[in-house]
Amino acid sequence: MIEFNEVTKSYSVGTHALRGVSMQIEDGEFAFLIGPSGSGKSTIIKLITGELEPTSGTVHVNGYSLDRIRKREIPYLRRTVGVVFQDFRLIETKTVYENVAFAMRAIGAREDEIRDRVPYILELVGLENKSRRHPTELSGGEQQRLAIARALVNNPSTIIADEPTGNLDPAMSLEIMSLLQEINNLGTTMLVVTHDRDLVERFGKRVIAINDGVVVHDGMDGYYRV
Amino acid sequence: MKVTNLGYLIKEGIRGIFLHGFMSFAAVIVTVACLVIVGGFSSLVYNVNIMVEDLNKTNEIVAIVDASLTDAEARSIGTKINQIDNVFQAEFKTREKALEEFIADHQNDPVFGGVDAATLRHRYVVVLENNELMEDTAAQLSLIPGIAEVKADFEMAAGFITLQNVLHVASIAVIAVLLVVSLLIISNTVKLAMYDRKDEIAIMKMVGATNGFIRLPFVVEGFMLGMIGALISFFMLWAMYNALVNRLAEVDTLKLFNFVPFSELLAPMIATFMAAGLFVGIVGSWTSIRKFMDV
Repeated sequence: MIEFNEVTKSYSVGTHALRGVSMQIEDGEFAFLIGPSGSGKSTIIKLITGELEPTSGTVHVNGYSLDRIRKREIPYLRRTVGVVFQDFRLIETKTVYENVAFAMRAIGAREDEIRDRVPYILELVGLENKSRRHPTELSGGEQQRLAIARALVNNPSTIIADEPTGNLDPAMSLEIMSLLQEINNLGTTMLVVTHDRDLVERFGKRVIAINDGVVVHDGMDGYYRV
Repeated sequence: MKVTNLGYLIKEGIRGIFLHGFMSFAAVIVTVACLVIVGGFSSLVYNVNIMVEDLNKTNEIVAIVDASLTDAEARSIGTKINQIDNVFQAEFKTREKALEEFIADHQNDPVFGGVDAATLRHRYVVVLENNELMEDTAAQLSLIPGIAEVKADFEMAAGFITLQNVLHVASIAVIAVLLVVSLLIISNTVKLAMYDRKDEIAIMKMVGATNGFIRLPFVVEGFMLGMIGALISFFMLWAMYNALVNRLAEVDTLKLFNFVPFSELLAPMIATFMAAGLFVGIVGSWTSIRKFMDV
């Protein structure tokens, strides 16, 4: 569960990125986070992943209190939150299989666990036949699938997708969103940050709209105004 | 960290060396260059220091024996001289031997042909352990019954001591500067290698790898690069040193320069190089990676 209570975040340069944001995303929920550039979306993501601390208010993510989390606990928080980026952030020198296995190795998984889990995840995202390819040999949609596989492989309870379709054409975007919905159907909490109004309306999920650091809309109908 | 992961992390560290071949090559070359310069200068200073010490030992005290003493009495004083703490060696010279050396020192000038040895006195040529105590030792010698006069060049001794002290301070300063410069260069090279992999580090952080887990392969890599650099520079310096000593032996017919054999420097040199390689590799990678850990 993700819970923000009256969260403010100010940067040292004097910018007020968030001003009294409160929201709650329940376990297993699917929500879109939308808003124009500079509205505070990235700050929300960074607060959820422990990259930033709130200036005031409280943030709870999957049982961790981000306002008083200790530095050495942050890696363990991050294991509960998978992140997918617009620019994929894959390691080009590693194969598809190694990119996913790398995420498991990074948290100390055993080799036999990796051998069991990676093929299963690659099958889930439809890349089982491309495990020996390198990211540069994949299409944009496939690269994003790989990024989703990597985010998913450590079985996080939440996935945050930051503009996951930003670099993809409409058909690919729909494909990726469908995949994220499938994953959500398996019980993973999903928070998708996007600019794509068509996708948001098409999927008809909860929409949290933020503008100038304030939540301006929070509704379940896929409709929003900013 | 699980023990089962340790093997993987070490393997990753070694793999990193080959995966980032150019940066590894650059780090090794820079380590070698710095260690060869520091090592070469240190061995030069060590040799010069020994040469100055040897020169200093040629600065002796001459203790003239009272003319009234018999030959046997004069020889018996040697025991008392040797009992003085700072005396390294006391050589008895008869008046005949002293005359012989005096004439030899004056290119066997026939002017001295008629000089009678009886005009000279028996003497002891005393070599000291520490020339800084020359004045004290000379005073102690003059108190020994039967010693009529003590001759010593205190100014020359003081000059040698000053030279040694200056050399000592200058060498420490130069070596310290070279070491700091080397560390900065090597640390920068390691930083570049880290920069090369900042994306990998960011991904590891993102998926929840602990700082220790992220660091270990880099530290293993730094350790391996440091060791490789230390070994290459050690063998290079060994070869260069021997080449220099052999060349000097051919050119320096007067034997002015007396370099110690490299075998004498072998143990401290390899220990220092390994320690420096380890320090530079591990500390360099550990501190450089810190910058990339704040993700």
